Amino acid sequence: MEISTSFDAGRLTVFLGGELDHHEARRAMLRIDELLDEYLPRDCALNLSGLRFMDSSGIAVIIRVSRRMQILGGRAWIEDPARQPQRVIDAAGIDRLVPIAMSR
Amino acid sequence: MKGTNYIKLEFPSRSSNEGFARAAAAAFASQLDPTMEELGDLRTAVSEAVTNAIVHAYPDCIGRIAMRMRIIEGSVVEISVRDWGKGIEDVKKAMTPLYTSGGEERSGMGFTIMGSFTDKLRVRSAPGRGTTVTMQKHISPRTIHE
Repeated sequence: MEISTSFDAGRLTVFLGGELDHHEARRAMLRIDELLDEYLPRDCALNLSGLRFMDSSGIAVIIRVSRRMQILGGRAWIEDPARQPQRVIDAAGIDRLVPIAMSR
Repeated sequence: MKGTNYIKLEFPSRSSNEGFARAAAAAFASQLDPTMEELGDLRTAVSEAVTNAIVHAYPDCIGRIAMRMRIIEGSVVEISVRDWGKGIEDVKKAMTPLYTSGGEERSGMGFTIMGSFTDKLRVRSAPGRGTTVTMQKHISPRTIHE
């Protein structure tokens, strides 16, 4: 999977692309941990518009980022999920824990 | 119930095979002309079942996973994922949302998602002998508008 970022005015946006499954989840978690340590953002958006596939391992990644942002005193949210990740998010019901923002 | 077509696959419980299992499931199901959504649901359910076998059945070793798929009743895809690993002591508890005995990269939502994305889900397990997860999904016939 691919991970890229943009940082502006205290807001870190992490763009996840490709396929996020259990095989990729640990590497994704470690990379995002590094990014949060490096930028210490006020807000963190996980942009899932380029994510072609995600299973419940992606839910674990999202929950971890949300918890880490709470510890940093900031907020995390999901941004523009592609259709398949959106269905997984809906089935897991994590929109109650982590808000979803649609810019489209 | 006689199947009209089937495949059998066997692979070791390496996480790099999760993507392969999904792709194989999608390729097999494509003969029923599923929608993108149906295909995505099948790929997701297979990913969860295979990941469970990799993480929970064989936590400390590499073991065998067998995946079978067949078409039944013309429009239903049945997928079973079998392992010969440690088994599940309490299947009902394992299927509770957010319950996990896995590491931090597991969310405890695997069975919930398998259940949501298929029409039938059955889990048979015996401690020390392994687990078989069987799922069925109906693929809706598409109407051609001319």
